[in-house]
Amino acid sequence: MKAHIKITLKPGVLDPQGKAIEHALGSLGFNGVDEVRQGKFIEVELAEMDEASARAAVEQMCEKLLANTVIENYAYELVA
Amino acid sequence: MIRTAVIVFPGSNCDRDMKVAMEAVTGSPVAMVWHGDAEVPACDVMVLPGGFSYGDYLRCGAMAAKSPIMRDVIAKAKAGTPLLGVCNGFQVLLETGLLPGALMRNASLKFICRDVHMTCDNNETFFTNCYRKGEVVTIPIAHHDGNYFASDDDVARLEGDGRVVFRYSDAVGNATPEANPNGSVANIAGISDATGRIVGMMPHPERLFEKALGGTDGRRVFESALFSVTEATT
Repeated sequence: MKAHIKITLKPGVLDPQGKAIEHALGSLGFNGVDEVRQGKFIEVELAEMDEASARAAVEQMCEKLLANTVIENYAYELVA
Repeated sequence: MIRTAVIVFPGSNCDRDMKVAMEAVTGSPVAMVWHGDAEVPACDVMVLPGGFSYGDYLRCGAMAAKSPIMRDVIAKAKAGTPLLGVCNGFQVLLETGLLPGALMRNASLKFICRDVHMTCDNNETFFTNCYRKGEVVTIPIAHHDGNYFASDDDVARLEGDGRVVFRYSDAVGNATPEANPNGSVANIAGISDATGRIVGMMPHPERLFEKALGGTDGRRVFESALFSVTEATT
């Protein structure tokens, strides 16, 4: 089982990198692009365990290390 | 006699400068403690130096905050051993949760390495008691991720409790937006815990601690530590 984890900046936290990407997209002619936010994607292979244990483990990983919950939110899904 | 321990992580690169500055000012040898060790030797002051611990993987300071030695550093700091974090060391302090907030990419997205002005807004901490309150000092910054962020509640608490220790300013002490090099909320350059024994700051006092380096405004961080230890033992 794998966990696909997405880590994004919380709404309201300024994302200068997202802003720079937004400007670059605009200069390439992609009009109507707004509110670009940059984040991280992390894939973790989990040893055999039931879904409830896997969810508990992934949430602990995010809380303890993968995300800085002062500035970041996380979301994940478990995939076969 | 003051016993200092500088914690060294893979990727630390200001650890030796910190040792030189601390030894020059205090006249006492400094212990270098490797990140993989389990215990910090008995000491009066602990320092987390600048650099790029663990290559800044994941987030600046995130991996270092979880390294084996940090369990003991955190325990000792909570038990009252003073702890200074400079630059990457400040990032590590925030990642441990010993101080509130986070350090994000500079608003300009550029690495900034230059001398900046700042005011010492709290001269009652363990590491700043040799400064005058409100005094403008010049200390270099050298970072890509020094943009201090904290929730409105945390910032209000820091301000209300006088825990903002250094604040970026112009040459006469005004904390203007123009004098803010990296986008930090409220121009914050350094903060302390409620006891004043844990201080984190982005500027590098060890880089301007003697005339040969071009200035001495950083020196009093170390003199303050020496004074604090000496005063406590006499």
